[in-house]
Amino acid sequence: MTDSETAATGAYDTAFFLRWMALVATAVEREAGRLTELDAAIGDADHGSNLQRGFRAVTTALAEEAPKNPGQVLVLAGRTLISTVGGASGPLYGTLLRRTGKTLGEAEQVDAGQLRDGLRTGVEAVAKLGGSAVGDKTMLDALVPAVDALAESFGAASDAAEQGALATVPLQARKGRASYLGERSIGHQDPGATSSALLIAALAEAAA
Amino acid sequence: MRMLINVAETVVPDALRGLAAAHPELTVDVANRVVVRRDAPVSGKVALVSGGGSGHEPLHSGFVGRGMLDAACPGEVFTSPVPDQMVRAAAAVDSGAGVLLVVKNYTGDVLNFDMAAELAEDEGIQIAKVLVDDDVAVTDSLYTAGRRGTGGTLFVEKLAGAAAEEGAPLERVEALARRVNESSRSFGVALSACSTPAKGGPTFELPPGELELGIGIHGEPGRERRAMMTSGEIADAAVHAVLDDLQPDSPVLLLVNGMGATPLLELYGFTAEVHRVLSERGVPAVRTLVGNYVTSLDMAGASVTVCRADEELLRLWDAPVNTPALRWGC
Repeated sequence: MTDSETAATGAYDTAFFLRWMALVATAVEREAGRLTELDAAIGDADHGSNLQRGFRAVTTALAEEAPKNPGQVLVLAGRTLISTVGGASGPLYGTLLRRTGKTLGEAEQVDAGQLRDGLRTGVEAVAKLGGSAVGDKTMLDALVPAVDALAESFGAASDAAEQGALATVPLQARKGRASYLGERSIGHQDPGATSSALLIAALAEAAA
Repeated sequence: MRMLINVAETVVPDALRGLAAAHPELTVDVANRVVVRRDAPVSGKVALVSGGGSGHEPLHSGFVGRGMLDAACPGEVFTSPVPDQMVRAAAAVDSGAGVLLVVKNYTGDVLNFDMAAELAEDEGIQIAKVLVDDDVAVTDSLYTAGRRGTGGTLFVEKLAGAAAEEGAPLERVEALARRVNESSRSFGVALSACSTPAKGGPTFELPPGELELGIGIHGEPGRERRAMMTSGEIADAAVHAVLDDLQPDSPVLLLVNGMGATPLLELYGFTAEVHRVLSERGVPAVRTLVGNYVTSLDMAGASVTVCRADEELLRLWDAPVNTPALRWGC
């Protein structure tokens, strides 16, 4: 299947992107405890509460500033995460959404190809900022396969992200705080890859 | 786990309100989470700004004052502050002589301070940065986020702060801070995990009769778990680890740092053992600071930091300092 023969078709407007962000916020509220538990094993036990703080602020900002197009929704969400989360996940998730949003530009609605290209640009910005690659046991282990599978369908992207997150279990962390553990990071699922899978699952849910 | 808090969500602002109440010589902006020495900006002086996750008190807010930091930005517990705080702090303390950002080497701190440096420079503030990475427990730097910033941060903030107070220009303060970092090494040991307010319980399980060697300051487990050791055996492991890495050919400044829950009685006993190992290795400690300075909430344990001391560094160490947590010569 080539990029032009995509199964994820249709047009995605401001309401779709607002729905996506709302579904991410709901998922983060629901899964915060699990994310923090995963982080306790190989990090510092706060990934869930940090994202909770960030996406609550995103929900407020989106309601107050009423962005007018898909790009503005994601840029505002990203900027809000950078200003409220801190840690590594603030700049990384903030950059992911901000750069994706900037790539979408000022269009009133975008098609599946534009969304995919935007996300790919966002994911590449995350890789550059974090200096990391697939296999380092990070967000990228869920995000990169998800963007690749997006050409097929939203459901396939969500499955790929979930599989990617699960596949971090046997990996040794090379980036972030988990890397200090050396071999002791093996056998644990990466919290960042897990929350990235939530982000993509929410995207599929918004499209359903 | 019982904690002396109201609710987990407000531990940081609650502590800042207390800091403001106890220290009228500081300006504490609780809403924006910025702690500034009251007489800032000090005319003609290079300003030092640091920050990091909360949970390491007195680092960094307790080191704000004459002879050390001009401002500190506390983040959430164990979470780097956000760029907005750092830009606000830099703007509040810059006299026009420039600002040195003291950044502990953690992915989150580095990313947020990098973003802040760019924004502050856009506002016309001259910015320099020093990255503190003194922890020898992280060995394989190619496959990790690099060495962590721990106890060496105190030496960087004290010594560079004293140089700035003497009127050194930004390039000199920056070069000195870098030299102090390169001259400092740390190694930490945990006898218990710590409990974060967000989790409400220990961040890892440490069975009775065991300890963690090579810990960081964020409740992460260490590199190695061993059967419980005596204070003397722990001092052997810690001092050999730092000296083997640093190979000092001069006397050292010594910090014997408590992680938060170890009594001073034990910490002073440990200090005696650290001095014994140093003298066995032929390395005199010309100054020794003992206490809880770079902590990890309620973790029990200690870290050892040494810094190669030449005449200049010794003079800067002895220079007056007046902060909530370090005070002498004034």
